[in-house]
Amino acid sequence: MSQGSSTSLKTTALFEVHKELGAKMVPFAGWNMPIQYAGVMKEHLSVRDGVGLFDVSHMGEIDVKGRDAGALLQKILTNDIGKMADRSILYSVMCTEDGGIVDDLLVHRFAEDHYFLCVNASNTEKDFRWIQGRAGSFNVEVSDISLKTAQLALQGKHAEALLQPLCDVSLGDLRYYHFKKGKIHNNDCIISRTGYTGEDGFEIYTGWNQAEPLFRALLEAGRAWDLQPIGLAARDTLRLEMGYALYGNDISDATGPLEAGLGWVVKLGKGEFIGHDAIARQKETGPARRLVGLELLERGVPRPHYRILKDGQPAGELTSGTFSPSLNKGIGMGYVDRALAAPGTRLEVEIRNQPVAAQVVATPFLPSRVKK
Amino acid sequence: MEFPKGLKFTMEHEWIRVTDGRGVVGITAFAQEQLGDVVFVELPKMDAQLSQGGTFGVVESVKTVSDLFSPVSGRVTAVNKKLETQPELVNTDPYDKGWIIEIELSDPKELDSLMDADQYTKQCENEQ
Repeated sequence: MSQGSSTSLKTTALFEVHKELGAKMVPFAGWNMPIQYAGVMKEHLSVRDGVGLFDVSHMGEIDVKGRDAGALLQKILTNDIGKMADRSILYSVMCTEDGGIVDDLLVHRFAEDHYFLCVNASNTEKDFRWIQGRAGSFNVEVSDISLKTAQLALQGKHAEALLQPLCDVSLGDLRYYHFKKGKIHNNDCIISRTGYTGEDGFEIYTGWNQAEPLFRALLEAGRAWDLQPIGLAARDTLRLEMGYALYGNDISDATGPLEAGLGWVVKLGKGEFIGHDAIARQKETGPARRLVGLELLERGVPRPHYRILKDGQPAGELTSGTFSPSLNKGIGMGYVDRALAAPGTRLEVEIRNQPVAAQVVATPFLPSRVKK
Repeated sequence: MEFPKGLKFTMEHEWIRVTDGRGVVGITAFAQEQLGDVVFVELPKMDAQLSQGGTFGVVESVKTVSDLFSPVSGRVTAVNKKLETQPELVNTDPYDKGWIIEIELSDPKELDSLMDADQYTKQCENEQ
């Protein structure tokens, strides 16, 4: 994860609102972002039990337009976009020839010749160069629209009831991983039924200058629902409870999709794509190590880079770790030898030179409640 | 923010309340606010010998890990076992139910090197 110096930090359109709301701001991926408002525990639990609002305008958006838009994406993505319907969304990774992950992203299809990608903030410029660098022989126009595009996330079981009265399109029939174009409080938006929390909810894209009136309208309407603004700290604990990988922590160009448990977004049968052969070879033997979920069996808080031990011997390193506000215990993820990857396997996490008992568990750590 | 008179404070945001040669130690309202939600406190063993400025435990919030520094030298005569199941007491009641350890002071003169409430208030203002 790259963190810029405070002098060069970008701010989202909501910087003043965050200050008014008493947010603690921190540098993240080159942006000055709210890490918390009322406190990570309260924020986390309000998304699990009610509804929360996130400013995630730091995320990157890349527009891919033109006759060969689909062909280019088929070449650079591991997942198969060939069967996507208009206004549907697909999760995929983009790999190097060696099968390392360049980024994980969401593909939104407007039409056969028009897609837009939502990518990680820390990777936006790298991804844009990567895609442009491979677009040469295709009839396609690739644009980085990140600085024109704000993104909010409204997550939690009350999200639909809160949003519907402000919105000129019906949300009841908007299915998971689909989107609609519509107006919210008179602002043109793309409303997608996606998220990074494991709760039902929406990710909303709008113009940079419309973000503040939209955010304020949602806060106002949210009073009746005890809507909380949610910072990046709770965004991280929420995603980790779901076992969702975070680029830069759990996946990188040094990890492949198979070992990261992302084999389900790799479609080797769809035809040639960048990284196909390397991933195919790895699939034959199976990856040597696997990304697993770990829960502590004793008190303690696992953190990224803490060592994973098996009977006192080094067995890997945590890539993510936190105290889980929902489960009230320490949870984490990390890569271990595939012989140690089965749920129930007893391991230890080394915390301040002391082994703390842990076991491998299936992820998500608690059931997802997204609207399937 | 409240910094009770009668307590002594360290640069690292611990407080100590001394009565009859024994001191109760915790972290200040300023410290708990900076840390955020405390989810784990690592306590020293009973009778452990501490030296002034040495670490005696760890307090962890969801996002950060912080060492605890002893305001004085001495022997640990009590630890707040409640923090094992209710670490949030450090946030909700830092000067009372959120106390961390009790020390039998070996050198009460060490207290002179600590800050009083007014000095500590200025220290916090400088850090903000």
